[in-house]
Amino acid sequence: MTEPMTRLTESTLDPATAVYDYTIPAGEPWLHELRKGQTLRILDLEGNQAVDTLFYNARDPAERYSAVDTIRAQGSIYLTTGSRLLSTDGNLMLTILADTCGRHDTLGGACAAESNQVRYALEKRPMHNCRDNYLLALAESDYDMGKRDLTSNINFFMNVPVTPEGRLTFEDGISEAGKYVELRAEMDLIVLVSNCPQLNNPCNAYNPTPARMLIWD
Amino acid sequence: MTTDTTETDRIVHFELLPGARSWSFILRRGFALRLADRRGGGNCSALFYNAQDKLERYNMADTLKAQHTACLTKGHVCYSDMGRILVSVVGDSCGWHDTISGVSNAALVRERYGEARYQEHRNAFHRDGRGLFLIELGKWGLGRKDLVANVNFFSKVVVDEAGRMAFIPGHSQPGAQVDLRAEMDTLVVLNTCPHPLDPNPQWSPRPIELTVYRAEPVAEDDICRTSCPENGRGFANTAIYHCQY
Repeated sequence: MTEPMTRLTESTLDPATAVYDYTIPAGEPWLHELRKGQTLRILDLEGNQAVDTLFYNARDPAERYSAVDTIRAQGSIYLTTGSRLLSTDGNLMLTILADTCGRHDTLGGACAAESNQVRYALEKRPMHNCRDNYLLALAESDYDMGKRDLTSNINFFMNVPVTPEGRLTFEDGISEAGKYVELRAEMDLIVLVSNCPQLNNPCNAYNPTPARMLIWD
Repeated sequence: MTTDTTETDRIVHFELLPGARSWSFILRRGFALRLADRRGGGNCSALFYNAQDKLERYNMADTLKAQHTACLTKGHVCYSDMGRILVSVVGDSCGWHDTISGVSNAALVRERYGEARYQEHRNAFHRDGRGLFLIELGKWGLGRKDLVANVNFFSKVVVDEAGRMAFIPGHSQPGAQVDLRAEMDTLVVLNTCPHPLDPNPQWSPRPIELTVYRAEPVAEDDICRTSCPENGRGFANTAIYHCQY
């Protein structure tokens, strides 16, 4: 219960030995499987890019990442090196092994047409958003998954502080170009990402940019 | 602060939900639910779904970021994932209700309170928040995919500047109450297990009183509608859903 705010840890993995290397263009989804024991690096190529991420047990997608179980178990709302990402069934899904950003959000959720309407203006519904990415990626996949599978996600590289008075704010990012986070899969996983297209708040510094995904065996 | 007593002729249902038990029911639009912690130190975990389309459900992140808050009190609302309001917090004597800690599970209850099976303890056996939610959800055709982040009424968990979470013991005083008004027909799923961060090693789950009553019409200057511009838009979205805008 005495987790420090940030634990900056660099990785020793060499991108030249990665078995997978893909750059998600700004504002697009990414759906990929990760086998137990593989390591995923998410790289913020240009800085302050929120990477909205959900994890599912590939054998039983009804078991999925649980934000509230994860933060309660570690006693801290921010994710960083050493954080153990837990499932809705209480099982370990992934461990964060390296982190050069230091703090990742899991309370702010993913933007949606409907939440943009509430937060900014009813006329904002046509703007591209993360939940549209999620819905289209799942609809076009072979998985029998959809809206019911969209739950509280992780926003890698995003800064959403909670104050001692209970206020929640979206602050300017603390990430910058070249920062990354690295996670080891502790079970076979489906990874669903929206490279956030939000233009209404500072989560992407008002400039959505690409994110690079690397996988090692 | 809500100190008024609800007029008896507006009450349509009353029941006492014992500690570590669950209930689910449809709170019709225009009705309100009062939760009361008569003994103090209680916890009431809650989930909310659109009764007509249970795919639309309470969304913790949308609720928090729309209102720039990490907790709920009078003037706040609970948003669905569709930009609409399920229930509004129209009264509160407590000042803070937790939204970020989830519920206990069987392993947590066993570790904190020891094993107490039905075989030895009959109906005093230990229940857990997750299990009770799954039982109630199952009655409506819902299951693990629908078990999302919940509200813990009467419980307070603060976050310090380093991000550390701390449960505040004794937050809910005897007689504490909170009033929730349905802005659409809402499936309400409740359980009264102890908060998952409550460090008290004694198994002493508290009962919660439930009172359903006819709410006053929502006024133009309603505190939940006017507490922030976002909620004005949330009420507008909900009115569109009701074909009233």
